[in-house]
Amino acid sequence: MAEGYVYFPGCSLKSTGVAYEESLLTLFRLLDVKLQELDDWNCCGATSYMAIDEDSAFALSARNLALVHKSGNSQVLAPCAACYLVLRKTQDYVQRYPSIRAHVSSTLKAANLPMAADSVHTRHPLEVLYNDIGVNRIRSKVSRKWQGGPVVCYYGCQAVRPYYEVDKPVNQSRMEELLDAAGIPTVNFALKTKCCGGSLTGTIHSVGLRLNYIILKEAARKGAKAIVTLCPLCQFNLDAYQSEIRRRMKENLDMPIFYFTQVLGWALGGGTRELGLHRAISGTTLVKQWFSAAKEVAAHV
Amino acid sequence: MQIERKMKQQREAHPGWASEIAQLPGCEKLFSCIQCGTCSGTCPLSIYMDYTPRRIINLVREGFQEEALASQTIWLCASCYSCAARCPQKIQLTDVMYSLKREAIKKKLFPKRFPIPVLASEFHKMVAKRGRSSEMWLVMRMALKSNPMILLTMMGTGWQLFRTGRMSLRMEKIDRVHELPHKSVGATEVH
Repeated sequence: MAEGYVYFPGCSLKSTGVAYEESLLTLFRLLDVKLQELDDWNCCGATSYMAIDEDSAFALSARNLALVHKSGNSQVLAPCAACYLVLRKTQDYVQRYPSIRAHVSSTLKAANLPMAADSVHTRHPLEVLYNDIGVNRIRSKVSRKWQGGPVVCYYGCQAVRPYYEVDKPVNQSRMEELLDAAGIPTVNFALKTKCCGGSLTGTIHSVGLRLNYIILKEAARKGAKAIVTLCPLCQFNLDAYQSEIRRRMKENLDMPIFYFTQVLGWALGGGTRELGLHRAISGTTLVKQWFSAAKEVAAHV
Repeated sequence: MQIERKMKQQREAHPGWASEIAQLPGCEKLFSCIQCGTCSGTCPLSIYMDYTPRRIINLVREGFQEEALASQTIWLCASCYSCAARCPQKIQLTDVMYSLKREAIKKKLFPKRFPIPVLASEFHKMVAKRGRSSEMWLVMRMALKSNPMILLTMMGTGWQLFRTGRMSLRMEKIDRVHELPHKSVGATEVH
């Protein structure tokens, strides 16, 4: 663990999901684990690139794996669910399909880059916190008592399917276990891996809103006061469109949507700004209440 | 009043097509589908689709190419992998959907002025050229080429993102653009 991990931010963590980047870097700093951002990384390709050009989609993603290899580290940390899946799938498909390997190899060769799909490991921060750092180490580092209400853990889709290294295939629980170690109460949530619709909120707006409404409504029905996510697109959809959902569905919903790195980072003593908590759009009253400066002092254990 | 035949006949189908699809990565198990409908049941979007995922598989297997490729279904698929995870025959239906999307683009059979293929095409163009996606500009291009009214629904959200420092107007680009893969198919312009 001394050498740490190469950090692959992806496009979202530099824009709409910037609070994810801020809280991730803060949390890993508090845990004394080194993260080094990948130099000149490119977009993973997400779901859209693959829909147009498959061969180049794998080659595009393989460039990032090659850059990781060149950096001298073999562990790449991809917090965004889409980036995680694309990198993981590229490794898998290059190994499984000779035709894909041949195309990717020749494309990389033309750019003077090595084929690294076999030697680089794609990791997700949830699973790194759980496997490499461990629940006990997190528990031992907790310095603040949770001041907020119960939350539901929402895993979304691409981090937990179709590869099962981030968590189990069904009844995922690692986020709950980590939050529990930090003293944050969680409520069981049957929709924890139901899709938020991804970019549908931007394309077929009413359908995208409906999918997010179902998730928000069920979380509220379960008695949760907030939703904790691990994907920038899930967080964005649930957070940024909540006021419109409230208006359209005539519902009294106003929930903060956090990244798991934000709530864990706060329990470990991170500041509200360095955790990106000031970037919340929905549930801001609760955010202020739960993480206020006065509480911050009183909460120290 | 002109009454026309609504049902397609076998001779109008493309019998060899399914075998071609079944050779693509991830689509190998196409013929082992037992039509159980687990995919349609677990799909969060099947209630909005013109053909459910189960029916898409059968359309492909029976060679009803135009119906499958021009469907909204393949574009509504959000790649959440619920079907792939639950299929008792382990069919990677998400990969089948990707293959159909690519063929629909190549054959220009996608539904016209439908924002999803436009988004995919604009995203591909931007990333192929610059190596990164700039969300703001992507949304603008997608809306202008499909349905500009979308922009109206986004103004409030845009302001909230701007206010919280979550939206940038900068066009992102990597340094070593020459290392990016070149196009391997003639990516069609989508409108």
